[in-house]
Amino acid sequence: MELLDNLALGFSTASSLANLGFCLIGVLLGTLIGVLPGIGATATIAMLLPITFQIGDPVSSLIMLAGIYYGAQYGGSTTAILINMPGESSSAVTAIDGYQMAKNGRAGAALAIAAIGSFFAGTVSTFLVAVFAPPLTAIALEFGAAEYFSLMIVGLVSSVALAHGSIVKALAMVVLGLLLGIVGTDIYTGTPRFTLGIREYADGLNFVAVAVGVFGVAEILRNLENEHERSVMIRSVSGLMPTRDDFRRMAAPIVRGTIIGSALGILPGGGAILAAFASYTVEKRISKNPGEFGKGAVEGVAGPESANNAGAQTSFIPMLTLGIPANPVMALMIGAMIIQGIVPGPNVAIEQPALFWGIIASMWIGNLMLIILNLPLIGLWVKLLTIPYYVLFPIIMAFCSIGVYSVNTNIYDLYAVAFFGLLGYLLTKLRCEPAPLLLGFVLGPLLEENLRRAMILARGDPTTFVTRPISAGLLFIAFAVLVIVFLPAVKKKREEVFVEEN
Amino acid sequence: MKPFTIDTTNGICAALFIFLGGFFALQSLDLEIGTAFRMGPGYFPLVLAIVLILLGAVILVEAVRFESEPIGHVAWRGMLFILPAPIFFGLTVRGLGFLPSIFLTALIASFASGRMRPLTALVLSAGLTLFAFLVFSYALGLPFRRFGPWLQF
Repeated sequence: MELLDNLALGFSTASSLANLGFCLIGVLLGTLIGVLPGIGATATIAMLLPITFQIGDPVSSLIMLAGIYYGAQYGGSTTAILINMPGESSSAVTAIDGYQMAKNGRAGAALAIAAIGSFFAGTVSTFLVAVFAPPLTAIALEFGAAEYFSLMIVGLVSSVALAHGSIVKALAMVVLGLLLGIVGTDIYTGTPRFTLGIREYADGLNFVAVAVGVFGVAEILRNLENEHERSVMIRSVSGLMPTRDDFRRMAAPIVRGTIIGSALGILPGGGAILAAFASYTVEKRISKNPGEFGKGAVEGVAGPESANNAGAQTSFIPMLTLGIPANPVMALMIGAMIIQGIVPGPNVAIEQPALFWGIIASMWIGNLMLIILNLPLIGLWVKLLTIPYYVLFPIIMAFCSIGVYSVNTNIYDLYAVAFFGLLGYLLTKLRCEPAPLLLGFVLGPLLEENLRRAMILARGDPTTFVTRPISAGLLFIAFAVLVIVFLPAVKKKREEVFVEEN
Repeated sequence: MKPFTIDTTNGICAALFIFLGGFFALQSLDLEIGTAFRMGPGYFPLVLAIVLILLGAVILVEAVRFESEPIGHVAWRGMLFILPAPIFFGLTVRGLGFLPSIFLTALIASFASGRMRPLTALVLSAGLTLFAFLVFSYALGLPFRRFGPWLQF
């Protein structure tokens, strides 16, 4: 069986002692930062990204990055349950019933249910990634410049559809991201563009600097707006083991959540968030006592947490096979690959099978480590929650500065951090979501390159995008998504969903 | 008749996008535009910049017609101390060297919060510098000079 051979290659790569070590460090660091309240998974990864570049081997560095991702997500669920402060919108759903369970003295059980649900979902969806990635890669290899261009348009449009708030603002953020992405030397003519005459920006704006600024620094500033004491009412967590009744109640929601999450996670633009909401709605609707939801229902923790984690996993599929990021975290992953000298896309599976399958196998290992490590370590994470915020952010700022500088030893990258921190904060204040901007930033150069190549191949005839069937189909999807989000009924429903979240 | 008002949040937002679009459009005009067949370096950015200006205009129209959420509290003190921290690090890491520079960077960032007491800030920055020395400089061996030329006598 080819699948088994591939998985065997993956596991032998991922379970080398060094890679296990990097995965472990990643999971620990990710949880450590992710558990800090108000700092979501994206910000965590952006801040820890530079550390992974210190590892020479791209496989190890990406495995560590994946570990950071799972850890950060789990850390986010922990804060959601213990102090009702979700770091990321995808764990906002967990906070609804998880926090109520904690209030009823069942914090330990809630954390264990979240961990078990995530692990089950992670196992199933890792397998799905292994099954579906190769055929998709084969299709993607047939893609020409026109198809790639249209595919990226689909990705960008979906990120707009799933962003919070105004659609027009999200569109503007995508366009601004694309423009910022093409700062630097033009690949065809070598002309420097938008560098303001600064030679250090000739290679383009540093991706890490932009990510740290827009997500990390802007998030710190937002947290500094109103400093108030956090009340950690749970000083110690006991009774980790869920009761037999809990197990009976969580089994079906975990399976349903995994299915919903795996399907929605593939959608570009942040399917994991949607998955958690969809799962919560489904559980509430089919429950015999919907009145329990919002008051500490086991199903309300188990379902969304599984969906969330399954979605997080399957969002690797478009990233690994097509090189198209499904969400800002995947955009960070692609940025990391490019810095490591790997061109993301269908060729990765063929040219670097060890890397490709190693990452897939490490997903499962990372999930296993999470469950083994974090349940005993919960006491430590609870202690971390009591560290006052004003002590944390000088530490974060210092590490971000060192991290960004260490990528290229370019001091102009540090000025970019400050600039993008300001821009990111300003845009958040103006109710503009930063996620579409980052996606645009990563795709900007690729989009332009493929557009120009497609136009040259078609001798300047723009109908090439609609006469080639795959490209036309993709553009039709993008167009349909745009039309749907602008429909008055959908627009209203969408606003309701996001209001409920806040 | 309703008096003419502009919503603050969306008004500023529109102005920002139109300004940024205008900046990129003007810069693109200095580059070779080319044709749709053979696009020059300025073609794609010019198109994007025009789209950005148009989207800004749409937001402006919305700002005149509807009211949205207020901007809310702004972290002025945070901006005053957090944003200069990486800039300061960039300006001094070569001259002062890695360790003094990171100490002062952490110290600057510490004062972004009104709750931080000076002594705590000093202790925190010193501890952080020690940690940075052990982990980044010693263990990871980052090639930064620990003390720079400005401190050599």
